[in-house]
Amino acid sequence: MHNNKYLRDEIIRISGADVSKCMRCGKCSATCPAYDEMEYHPHQFVNMVECGDIEPLLNSESLYKCLSCFACIDRCPRGVQPAKVVEAVRLTAIRKQGANHITADDIPAVVDADTPQQLLVSAFRKYTK
Amino acid sequence: MKVSYFPGCTLKNKAKDLDMYAYKSAEVLGVTLEEIENWQCCGGVFTTANDEVATKLSSIRALKYAGDKEQPLVTVCSACHNVIKQTNHAMQTNSAFADKVNRYMAADGSYKGETEVYHYLEMLRDLVGFDVIKEKVVNTLKGKKIAAYYGCLLLRPNKVMRMDDPENPTIMEDLIKSLGADAVVYAKRNECCGGYISLESPDAAKKNSIAIIENAKVNGAQMIITACPLCKYNLEKCGADIPVVYFTELLAEALGVKEDTNA
Ligand code: SF4
Ligand code: SF4
Repeated sequence: MHNNKYLRDEIIRISGADVSKCMRCGKCSATCPAYDEMEYHPHQFVNMVECGDIEPLLNSESLYKCLSCFACIDRCPRGVQPAKVVEAVRLTAIRKQGANHITADDIPAVVDADTPQQLLVSAFRKYTK
Repeated sequence: MKVSYFPGCTLKNKAKDLDMYAYKSAEVLGVTLEEIENWQCCGGVFTTANDEVATKLSSIRALKYAGDKEQPLVTVCSACHNVIKQTNHAMQTNSAFADKVNRYMAADGSYKGETEVYHYLEMLRDLVGFDVIKEKVVNTLKGKKIAAYYGCLLLRPNKVMRMDDPENPTIMEDLIKSLGADAVVYAKRNECCGGYISLESPDAAKKNSIAIIENAKVNGAQMIITACPLCKYNLEKCGADIPVVYFTELLAEALGVKEDTNA
């Protein structure tokens, strides 16, 4: 495991989440509606960021599975705010030049007659910079 | 009463009913929704990172517009409401963020989060009153069993949204009851439908949405109401065999201002 202290501090700073308060109870992951889709679960994001083990998270599809439902924020008994940690790691990944997760060219194939604008703007807000 | 109104991009397109019935019902209840001039899309989801400024400016412009008119800001889409309310909270509580925003928008004058933000449901409860709505009902929905679907964005994060008890909300059930119908309470009414995951993994959204519909049906629901265009889309796409309608449409029906499209 590589301890990347700079990235760790940066992610803690932009997320505003206090990962050191986590007591490893796993409640965030237990309540996460995207749990089955994720390789790394919300409690693992929290723990791995705390340890500076960030590269595996940056390269994981799990970044794009979080639904921003904020259930982990409301239900964490320690006020850690795991969703903010996931978001800060995702931003660190997609802020790199050329690292957008989707492009406009991907859209025609996945929309149908009922697709609400909200779906597209939300996906672009979360997956691109 | 006049309020500033932020409709949002979907309400001018795929969710026109949510918008139209919001206007019509508000008129009956003595509220004029004054649409904000030149409003810009809220972006659909709030970016929680402290160092994101540009993505939050459209919300701040809308908030400031309402503030300058000394009006509360009302939204009806769950997502717009969530983004705008979280942005306003950041302006109130994060002085470093507020300072950056105000430097960026210096030409427009400063803003500190003064505007009051109401979801349309909160407007009904807190500014109009469910008892007043009850008196204005002309088509009672008596006998209908209706399930409210809250999803995520109306309620969470609760520290910011402060709409209701996030695990045992009652605001939509109270509305349903004031219209004369029976409110069906079920466990999954505040669990996520899948949100924007339906773009890349429609099956994942389907799994979540089916669980919600089934849970509502097992408890006797004949209809589901929502305030969110994306929730409606996901719940319908999963193959729901009960109608999923906007709460404003139900309200307009009870208040007698829903156009009879079958006529
Ligand atoms: S906000 Fe993301 S990580 Fe947290 S519970 Fe929801 S989907 Fe899971
Ligand atoms: S719910 Fe909170 S305390 Fe429990 S594992 Fe998740 S982040 Fe840690």
